[in-house]
Amino acid sequence: MTAYIIRRLFSTLVVMAVVAFVVFSLLYLTPGDPAAVIAGDIATSEDIQRIHQRLGLDDPFVVRFGRWVGALAHGDLGTSIFTNLPVTQLIGQRVEPTLSLTLCTLVVAIAVAVPLGVVAAAKAGTWFDRAVMAFSVLGFSVPVFVLAYILILTFSVQLDWLPVQGYRSFHEGFWPWLRHLILPSIALGTVYVALIARMTRASMLDVLAQDYVRTAQAKGLAPDRVLLGHALKNAAVPIMTIIGIGVALLISGAIVTETVFALPGIGRLTVDAILRRDYPIIQGVTLLFSAIYVLVNLAVDLSYAFFDPRIRY
Amino acid sequence: MSKGGGYRSIAVIGALMLAAALVAPIASAQGQKVLRFIPQADLRILDPITTTAYITRNHGYMVYDTLFATDAKFQVQPQMVDKYEISKDQLTYTFTLRDGLKFHDGQPVRSADCIASVERWAKRDALGQKLAEATESWKAVNDKTFTLKLKRPFPLTLEALAKPSSNVPFIMPERIAKTDAFTNITDPTGSGPFKFVKEEWVPGNKVVYVKNTDYVPRKEPPSWAAGGKVVKVDRVEWIYIPDSATAAAALNAGEVDWWEQMPPDLIPVLAKNKSVKVENIDPLGSMGLLRFNFLYPPFNNQKMRQALLYVIDQNDYVLGIAGNAKNGHPCYSYFTCGTPLASEVGAEPLKGKRDFEKAKQLIKESGYKGEKIVIIDATDQPIVHSQSLLTLETLRKLGLNAEVQAGDWGTLITRRASKEPIDKGGWSIFHTWLVGPDVTSPAVNFAVRGNGQKAWFGWPDDAKIEELREAWFAATDAASSKKAAEAVQARAFDFVPYIPTAQFILPTAYRTNLSGVIIAPVTFMWNVEKH
Repeated sequence: MTAYIIRRLFSTLVVMAVVAFVVFSLLYLTPGDPAAVIAGDIATSEDIQRIHQRLGLDDPFVVRFGRWVGALAHGDLGTSIFTNLPVTQLIGQRVEPTLSLTLCTLVVAIAVAVPLGVVAAAKAGTWFDRAVMAFSVLGFSVPVFVLAYILILTFSVQLDWLPVQGYRSFHEGFWPWLRHLILPSIALGTVYVALIARMTRASMLDVLAQDYVRTAQAKGLAPDRVLLGHALKNAAVPIMTIIGIGVALLISGAIVTETVFALPGIGRLTVDAILRRDYPIIQGVTLLFSAIYVLVNLAVDLSYAFFDPRIRY
Repeated sequence: MSKGGGYRSIAVIGALMLAAALVAPIASAQGQKVLRFIPQADLRILDPITTTAYITRNHGYMVYDTLFATDAKFQVQPQMVDKYEISKDQLTYTFTLRDGLKFHDGQPVRSADCIASVERWAKRDALGQKLAEATESWKAVNDKTFTLKLKRPFPLTLEALAKPSSNVPFIMPERIAKTDAFTNITDPTGSGPFKFVKEEWVPGNKVVYVKNTDYVPRKEPPSWAAGGKVVKVDRVEWIYIPDSATAAAALNAGEVDWWEQMPPDLIPVLAKNKSVKVENIDPLGSMGLLRFNFLYPPFNNQKMRQALLYVIDQNDYVLGIAGNAKNGHPCYSYFTCGTPLASEVGAEPLKGKRDFEKAKQLIKESGYKGEKIVIIDATDQPIVHSQSLLTLETLRKLGLNAEVQAGDWGTLITRRASKEPIDKGGWSIFHTWLVGPDVTSPAVNFAVRGNGQKAWFGWPDDAKIEELREAWFAATDAASSKKAAEAVQARAFDFVPYIPTAQFILPTAYRTNLSGVIIAPVTFMWNVEKH
């Protein structure tokens, strides 16, 4: 197991290196010039050219890439072209809201979706099962931003229960923190509830048709024990896989959610940086995302061994 | 505990948590008057000299002060300057600073700070450059008095130092103002009515200012950027909300106090709320424009440009940009309508009934051979996008081979700097808009210039218009200035460096518990009171 983890961690570095190179190359080829954005609408071509030179954007690809990798090797992700703040500081400011949103969404999604999927499988063919499936289709179909606006209109503008936008740090208190995350988590979580509930139901139906489940039922075990103790544990591997994929999807979903609810998270940082061609931020955030994605996949792979002892690494 | 009891307990705990969440107060700076404001854009660059971005200009007005300022009657008034003298030969200006001026770090504002700041500004700003051309030297007489010696009289000296919009000659400490004019400063120390709280700055989300308790305002009432800058709140938070529907909901719910610029389609949404006031506080508004590329056919031909003057209907552009006729109107002038130099001299082709036959005749005379016309568009900028679509429709009605190439604003502003032909990434037309103060005269309206490769994107080359512009600079009184500006405009309507498309206002909206919002072409935060 240890050797496997080390091997996988090493492969993470390789993946990140490839991602870094590809992203840097893509940004190099993408139209857009941060110098033009900095100079503003009233600037002349000469102004832009001088700022361009100051930023070192005239240097060849190899020189720029080498400079960036060199700094990266020292743990320096660079400095924002616009704010002159270190990229690590900017990411640091944004980690908490995104982490909070992702965690809350995952908790909401798993807490709602797994029981829904399990019960739908246990009651396959009934109205409850059909309702869960219908909800699942709806959850997939409604875009996050549409649901977000409906939630804002209902719970913030009409009922005045929850805030429209913004984020409060956990340090400012648990309740202010939670208040600002309820609507975003529901908006972002709905699609995951649909996804995980559907996968849990399918996986459970598959397991419930196995012989050992019939044996357990024949032995007279209580239905909930058969369902949760025997069937769910064996159905967990595909569910964990879909949750792992869900984390990657959460990153893209968080961009929309953070924009609509004005949450100062990494998703918005990324979009803003792309719009302004703030290359160091885009590169830094992409590296971070790739690392998270690879590590989440590693964690999911390792969890298989926990749920199914037959799996060995 | 039974299973059912367990679920009940969880349900009760959950309900209590939710109830507590609902009644919890929003954390705020306790006991302080906090003004929460949604700015027009995100503040990214702190240096109001390296960029002309309006959001940075507005930030500049928060933290810096100016030597002079323009008031609502377009008159120049002293601001940091207490008194000034102009020699009889108009070649020497002597300025004396007011008492009690201090930077945010506690250091007094000295003559050396003012000189360094103005010199840095003059390296970037077009009007500043004209002043610099006429300048022989700046000299500090002592810490509070300094002189400007000119090589030749420059009648716009005080107007330049009171320039209200980008770039504004803000005064910074000498140590900061010595920074190269093309390198962003990072230290926001000024001597203005607010202090920037850098520790709380979250780019893309929040900018925080606190009242500068050391600031000594002038005694006169506020008038645009002039007069007393009396701060009536303790703290100002700029909360950047990129989504306009969310911004409207936040203002409706009272989570923010003021939304600087709102899209016209949301006016009805906010107008229903009696606690919100939607108002036009910008007396000059903004001017839309259609810019040609002069380097390549077909718009390197004057007749092609003139042809468009006969078919561009400003009423359509007003509706396209502002959504309704209340928030805009045609302006058949190269200088902001409502300002002293505005006129309709030479504007006949742009006014009245649109004449497609005349335009077609001019196109024929131009020898147009069906060259492709590329309008570069930014779909993330509604003002640009709506103009692009209207222009495309007009060009197609004329039977021209036109297309829109859409991208985002970041792409547009890069692509418009390209001097390549269309097949190598060039362009034929782009649209943008400029705020009213940036188009009030030949001095600040850079788009009207014809200085070739040094001109603004499109690079029009017209010695005549440059000559007329120089003659305007030499005008010594209001009447001759007006006459010289009319000559510039007459030439512009003949040469057509660009076409003015509309004058429009993006209204502001604020909670009715605010008072004292200053009517001005720039959003100022002093004098605003929160009840």
